[in-house]
Amino acid sequence: MGFVTLVVVSIIIFGVVEFLPGDFSQAILGQSATEETVAAFRKELGLDKPAHTRYFDWIGAMLQGDLGISYSGRGASGSDLSRPVIDLIAPRFWNTIFLAGVAALIAVPLALILGIFAALFRNSIFDRTVNVFSLSAISFPEFFISYLLILLFASIWPIFPSLANVSDDMSLGERLVVTALPIVTLVLITLAHMMRMTRAAIINLMASPYIEMAQLKGVSPTKIIVQHALPNAWAPIVTVIAFNLAYLVVGVVVVEIVFIYPGVGQLMVDAVTTRDIPVVQACALVFASAYILLNLIADIISIVTNPRILHPK
Amino acid sequence: MTVNDSNHTDVILRLEDIKIEGFSDEKWHPIIRGVDLTLRRGEVMGLVGESGSGKTTLGLASMGFTRAGCRLSAGTVIFDNMDLSAIPVPERRKLWGTRIAYVAQSAAASFNPARRVIDQTIEATLRRGSTNRQTIEQDARVLFASLQLPDPENIGERYPHQVSGGQLQRMMTAMAMSPRPDLIIFDEPTTALDVTTQVEVLIAVRNLVEQHNTAAIYITHDLAVVAQMADLVMVLRYGKEVEQAETRQIIKAPEEDYTKTLWSVRALEKEQVRTEDIVLSIENVDAAYNQTIKVLQDISISIPRGRTVSIVGESGSGKSTVARVITGLLPPSTGRVRFNNDDLPTSTKLRSVDQKKRIQMIYQMADTAMNPKQTVFEIIGRPLEFYHGMRGQQKRERVQELLNMIELEDRFANRFPSELSGGQKQRICIARALAAQPELIICDEVTSALDQIVQEGILRLLLNLQETYNITYLFITHDIAVVKAISDEIVVMYQGSVVEQGMKDDVLSPPHPDYTQLLLESVPEMDPDWLTNLVKNK
Repeated sequence: MGFVTLVVVSIIIFGVVEFLPGDFSQAILGQSATEETVAAFRKELGLDKPAHTRYFDWIGAMLQGDLGISYSGRGASGSDLSRPVIDLIAPRFWNTIFLAGVAALIAVPLALILGIFAALFRNSIFDRTVNVFSLSAISFPEFFISYLLILLFASIWPIFPSLANVSDDMSLGERLVVTALPIVTLVLITLAHMMRMTRAAIINLMASPYIEMAQLKGVSPTKIIVQHALPNAWAPIVTVIAFNLAYLVVGVVVVEIVFIYPGVGQLMVDAVTTRDIPVVQACALVFASAYILLNLIADIISIVTNPRILHPK
Repeated sequence: MTVNDSNHTDVILRLEDIKIEGFSDEKWHPIIRGVDLTLRRGEVMGLVGESGSGKTTLGLASMGFTRAGCRLSAGTVIFDNMDLSAIPVPERRKLWGTRIAYVAQSAAASFNPARRVIDQTIEATLRRGSTNRQTIEQDARVLFASLQLPDPENIGERYPHQVSGGQLQRMMTAMAMSPRPDLIIFDEPTTALDVTTQVEVLIAVRNLVEQHNTAAIYITHDLAVVAQMADLVMVLRYGKEVEQAETRQIIKAPEEDYTKTLWSVRALEKEQVRTEDIVLSIENVDAAYNQTIKVLQDISISIPRGRTVSIVGESGSGKSTVARVITGLLPPSTGRVRFNNDDLPTSTKLRSVDQKKRIQMIYQMADTAMNPKQTVFEIIGRPLEFYHGMRGQQKRERVQELLNMIELEDRFANRFPSELSGGQKQRICIARALAAQPELIICDEVTSALDQIVQEGILRLLLNLQETYNITYLFITHDIAVVKAISDEIVVMYQGSVVEQGMKDDVLSPPHPDYTQLLLESVPEMDPDWLTNLVKNK
């Protein structure tokens, strides 16, 4: 199922990229280029072949692990400094994973804990404050939150740098300081959804007869939620967590641009500007795979946490 | 059960002038209107009443517990010289599950599906902290054994969905008993069980309570059950005590009229009539779900016109599947369905509107069988339009006629299902079935969800309609009292096969096949010695 989705997505990516106005040869050769030079350059890149042939060439290579060669670096004069797409993406991919991963490591446990406490003290001041705060956070677009954080913590109180400039020789601590603001941004935009789902899933179960039974056995409210409600609430919670992790990977694009963070998102935006088609397609496919993979994992977890399936009759 | 005289002075629970209110429609409404109750150690008090009489609310109140949206507005709950209504909830929580335990009606819903049974059984006992886990688990296994659960050593390791409903109900009794509480509240612990399973649970519960000298409040709507279990009986109505007396006394000579009407319901009976004119028959039917799970084997049943055939059997016996075969929802793998001596297409999809019209169904849960967003007029009007093409004035008049047939006034036409009582809802479902002018109505457990007095009303209505309009019923039920009240013929089913069938009096009088014997002797009787004698004779 995940595989079928991926194939459909690859077709869509390819199709959408086809509709981009202009192509690489025009972009690099400039307005003054003659039609012959453009045509020759297109032929060299294989852009003169019909679309479906190019699609199968591309997808065939992709299946063999070959992401293709980037167009950029090829000069009009015939010089060829181009690099394989994989070399461009790999280091940036790890940067993106680092950013999204740290954000997830903070956001997921925080959302669960806040959600559990909100369910425990529902309709209290705490519950309302957390709700208002987290809802406000998702109501703003991520670039707005990014700039707000830069304004507050880089400009007014210069605690963190406004640019997330990472290099390979940085220690983990330095990296975290540099990426603090983008991480906080990502945490803020994903927290609300997960927290509210945790709260709703638990409150929904609180009306079950077995929760009343636990009350009548004298189990304390905290234990009721952690030991009796939560084990039954995993399926909906995990689905929303996966959805938000996927959103983290995708939402990272805008955040990376704002903080000029060298991740896949930024690479993709750059590639679109220069019509570097192989890079655009590879980035899009990386995002799509991450999205599908995370949802697949969520489905597996919700199946595995169901005791009826885990312990058949 | 005999009252143990030496314990007679030792009061464990005293409720004084309990008043409880529930919040709805922006107002507080009384649920319990001043009830007193005294219970001594080792005594069992039966709480009897219809749904809505407040018996569960009162049972919970004797733990010092009120559900969300309810409050104790007056009165005191004295448990072992402690005023539960005065001490804070965390203090009460220490007593719950350890000194006062609760057994819920539906064990299947009251066990947490995500946790092993043994962990839930000993959860409250562990909190006492005086003994280690191994000892408590071992004790739980001993309790499982004394409740005659299969494989008591290992059954606790299972998850709730891996054991049957009857076994879960017994395990919940073990859970309540594990901390050796002073008081147990049993809230309809056997209502959801088949009669044959019910007997086993009743015996097990009674032995344990007797053995450990536990006081208990036994909540039920079934008088025959309370007669076996309780030393004292309190009858509740509209949140007030109607009458309270020793069990034998109240069964033999109830004082209040309301109590007498409760007692009289089980007396409804009908003369059987033999008819040879067969309206519907199924012949040598085998049926299976998903082509693999075989549920019916070689079933042949004929239903005489204008009469009632009852199918009795436990859950899983295949009795509802017979209804699905007849209505065409589950086409049989072999065999045929004949209607007025013609073969009926086996699948609903292949039947004409006229063929569908002739067979109608009424279901157990009237609630879920009606669209909550439609008025009674729309609900009854729909089959009039669909089968008879009635519209406008003609339809309106016919709906009124149908409402009169089910003994409801015209003004009910504008109501929504949520504005009706349980019995009224079931009447509307009957009217909807009648609207099609069917020859056969299949009634699937139509009275099981209703209180006894309401049950009687519905059964009388069905009998009157049969007499007036010569309607044929196929009655699916597990309740022998209902069978006696309404049938001409009986079919006994067990594990997908017919065990016995014939005229009512023949089936109900000996000699019986083994299963019919077991089924009939498992039905509790009003005689307080019934259970004791049954155990003795086994």
